[in-house]
Amino acid sequence: MAYKRNINKLPIIPKGAKKHNVVCNYCIVGCGYHAYTWNVGADGTTTNNIFGENLSVQQGADSDAWYSPSMWNIVKQNGKDVNIVIKPDKNCVVNSGLGSPRGARQGELNYSQSTSTQLQRLTDPLVYRYGQLQPTSWDDAIGLVADVTKAVIDDQGEDGLFVSAFDHGGAGGGYENTWGTGKLYLESMKIKNIRIHNRPAYNSEVHGTRDMGVGELNYCYEDTELADTIVSVGANSLETQTNVYLNHWVPNMRGTSMDKKKKQLPGEDHAPARMIFVDPRRTVTINSAEAEAGKENVMHLAINSGTDLALFNAWMTYIDSKGWVDKDFIKASTMDYDKMVKGNKTSLSEAAKITGLTTKQIQQSAEWIAKPKGNKRRRTCFVYEKGLIWGNDNYRTNCSLTNVAAATGNIGRPGGGCCRMGGHQEGYFRPADGFIWEGNPAKPPYVDKLLIEGKGGVHHVWACDHYKTTLNAHEFKRVYKKRTDIVKDAMNEVPHGDRKALVKAIMGAIKKGGLFSVDVDIIKADIAEAAHVILPAATSGEMNLTSMNGERRMRLTERYMDPPGQALPDCIIASKLGEAMGFSGYGWKTEEDAFMDGYHNGTGKIVTYDRLRAMGNNGVQEPVIDYKDGKLVGVKRLYADGKFDRHGKDHKKLIFKVSKWRGLQAPGKEAQKKKFKYLINNGRANHVWQNAYLDRKNQFVTDRWPYPFIEMNPSDMKNIGVSEGDLVEVFNDDGSTQAMVYPTPTAKKKETFMLFAYPTGVVGNVVNDGVNEVIIPNYKQTWANIRKLANKPSGVNHVSFKSKEYKI
Amino acid sequence: MKKTGKRCQRLVDEGRRSFLRGSAASVGTIAAATILQTKKVEASNFPSNKLANVKDLKTNVPLDINYPDEDSPGVLLKLGSKVEGGVGPDGDIVAYSVLCPHKGYPLNYNDADKVFNCPGHYSVFDAEKGGLQVWGQATQNLPQFKLKVSSGGDIFAEGVDELIYGRLSNVL
Repeated sequence: MAYKRNINKLPIIPKGAKKHNVVCNYCIVGCGYHAYTWNVGADGTTTNNIFGENLSVQQGADSDAWYSPSMWNIVKQNGKDVNIVIKPDKNCVVNSGLGSPRGARQGELNYSQSTSTQLQRLTDPLVYRYGQLQPTSWDDAIGLVADVTKAVIDDQGEDGLFVSAFDHGGAGGGYENTWGTGKLYLESMKIKNIRIHNRPAYNSEVHGTRDMGVGELNYCYEDTELADTIVSVGANSLETQTNVYLNHWVPNMRGTSMDKKKKQLPGEDHAPARMIFVDPRRTVTINSAEAEAGKENVMHLAINSGTDLALFNAWMTYIDSKGWVDKDFIKASTMDYDKMVKGNKTSLSEAAKITGLTTKQIQQSAEWIAKPKGNKRRRTCFVYEKGLIWGNDNYRTNCSLTNVAAATGNIGRPGGGCCRMGGHQEGYFRPADGFIWEGNPAKPPYVDKLLIEGKGGVHHVWACDHYKTTLNAHEFKRVYKKRTDIVKDAMNEVPHGDRKALVKAIMGAIKKGGLFSVDVDIIKADIAEAAHVILPAATSGEMNLTSMNGERRMRLTERYMDPPGQALPDCIIASKLGEAMGFSGYGWKTEEDAFMDGYHNGTGKIVTYDRLRAMGNNGVQEPVIDYKDGKLVGVKRLYADGKFDRHGKDHKKLIFKVSKWRGLQAPGKEAQKKKFKYLINNGRANHVWQNAYLDRKNQFVTDRWPYPFIEMNPSDMKNIGVSEGDLVEVFNDDGSTQAMVYPTPTAKKKETFMLFAYPTGVVGNVVNDGVNEVIIPNYKQTWANIRKLANKPSGVNHVSFKSKEYKI
Repeated sequence: MKKTGKRCQRLVDEGRRSFLRGSAASVGTIAAATILQTKKVEASNFPSNKLANVKDLKTNVPLDINYPDEDSPGVLLKLGSKVEGGVGPDGDIVAYSVLCPHKGYPLNYNDADKVFNCPGHYSVFDAEKGGLQVWGQATQNLPQFKLKVSSGGDIFAEGVDELIYGRLSNVL
């Protein structure tokens, strides 16, 4: 049976409950919430409550006076048990009261000793002692990390210290924590061997657009309400940026944003949005768009996997040949347009051959993008995400799409934009990092590869889990375990109390190929199985945290509860480590100190906690340029003035790029495709946030997905001899993993789709180590064979395998 | 299933206000039902309400009911094949709330797939799997009504296993 909480009643929020601004700490969208807290036993009543509503009667749809059991919990606040309800904010312009199946569980995803939720949270520093991880003091744990790190640097130089660190906003990130870690590794030290949470190097996933001068988050969400056409590339936004889709795209498809269009954009024709989806797979996003916009207004361009670039170049060629470009803009604000058009010339028939589309589909989609409406330019908003970012030839494909958006005058204009949709929120503020790729501007160290090759002596891991979220994961885990075990064996030979002897033994093991691993996280990640020291971090809401969302909207999430046990904000942990290693400039007492030291001082000294708090859940859109009449002043959309600066060039022109089709770019992909039968496309599911680091202990999620699903066409299932729910092995020359078969009649034959980064089956195991010229992985174009492992396990009997599609 | 009960007009109106196109036209699973008999189930404070008799049910045709009171719309459904948690002679009778536990929009029953669909945000709940959310935006599976069948075939609801949308106490 489906998991049920059997909660028949919730405590009512009383008048006078404490109200905290909260931005959902998961995805890029950054929905506004409020956390209400009040003393246990001091509940409101049906007639006397914070809503001023009579709660003894049924509330209507979209009620602000209802919350689900997943939004409630009992947590510690200043050492005392309090009720908490974290519910969506109806007045937040991002989500207008909508909650996703991830964010609307923030309440029950808090640590609670009263309700036994998230007891997996780390409460104390742990060190490897007597063959096990044992609790210890901060001083002991930090002291050991500092001593070993210093010894490794003395021996190998700073290149012996490897770092994996978040670079994003929201949980496991934010301006405070990226600054804390950034100051330590990029200022106090100059670490080259550093990587980011989901990729094996320290680099941008959108290097292409940046080199053109165009920052990747240039629009505002309202642009998707104003657009004539929305082009979505490799983005399944209903599942992965849910409330941008529901609260901004859907009104445009339904026509309920028409008044806004007419008011903001008078003097031109308006109609509900047309939708173009570029995705080899039919997603629930496409299904719902057809329901809302009508099939006649939705094009699904189900390209051959990895051929996006050829499609974009054909669009560009066709649009240019028709003259549907913004000549004034091209002249005033760009360079190299003619060179790009010539270099990227791709005919409709060439592109049809590569992409598997018909020439008519390519032509019609180009018309939807750029054919003028009357005598006015069409307003087209281009968005892209992991299908492009983690797909074939990332850099060039990114350039090809941005070329089209720029040529049609759709950057910096209402109803336009060429933006990534995003994964996490953003929240990057760090010292200059150019030294990482000194001598080869486009090529940072491929950190995972170096670790596999035996390089480095100590590895600091901040909220990253390579065991689930990297490529070539099978091999990485094998080597990482081996190297860290060498150190564990050496540590077992020395009493922990003899620090000098312990460090000596560790260094001896490192010289034999060992690696000392330090994991800083809120939970014991899978990679922490290998750790010698684990440091417990606080997360959003247990500390004040600032981040910005996919339209650069910066907000402050206010601390609403205590961190578990001795857990501390990452920035404070970085501060402690910096001090222990003998560096100056730390000593922060609070996360606000770190914010002021980094973001505040480095961005014109305008933004403070108090000012942000006063801006509430609507915050301010970065860059923040002023503080006036008691309000922070930001920028609604970038590049409205036609000046492009993301490339750092003084001329401030957008540079069009030649980006030719060259087949499957990453080494090993073409051979893998030839050798193995099934495409193992992969990505996210609606219920699950990131690598399920919290969801793995949330019964609502694990009940739905005990194992990662692999969507398969029924004829493929027949060929392999499997039924729904059966466990299969997915294997190739790079590794193997497992998944649960989900019959999917809409899946193309031999094209499967597997849930990414799930603890009970890691797709990264079968993703080869091929990367592009800036070390961006290609997770999407992966091929493998599939064989049956076992009949449906009993833990899967209750699971539904029906179509995920909404049907009218 | 397309009738609209007066008592729940407010819910439907809310839905219509937000949904002017596409799926909006088909909202409304809610109809009046007569509560024939009410008594409290001692331990849980839930009423024991007679919903219908087994012989009133047609296979795979939902019957509109209300439980635990007239403002909480639901359906009684004979699925046609035995399911876990099903009651009646064939073990195939189930009952659910039809307010989506995400935002309270009235669900539609799709008899081909035997699922409930939400016109608000496209959620899908499996009627044969205890209301498991196949896909969707809610953070809970669909509240199911606990049923009991008397020797004479009368079907009684006696409890709910999740919080019904729009009420902070299932029994108001």
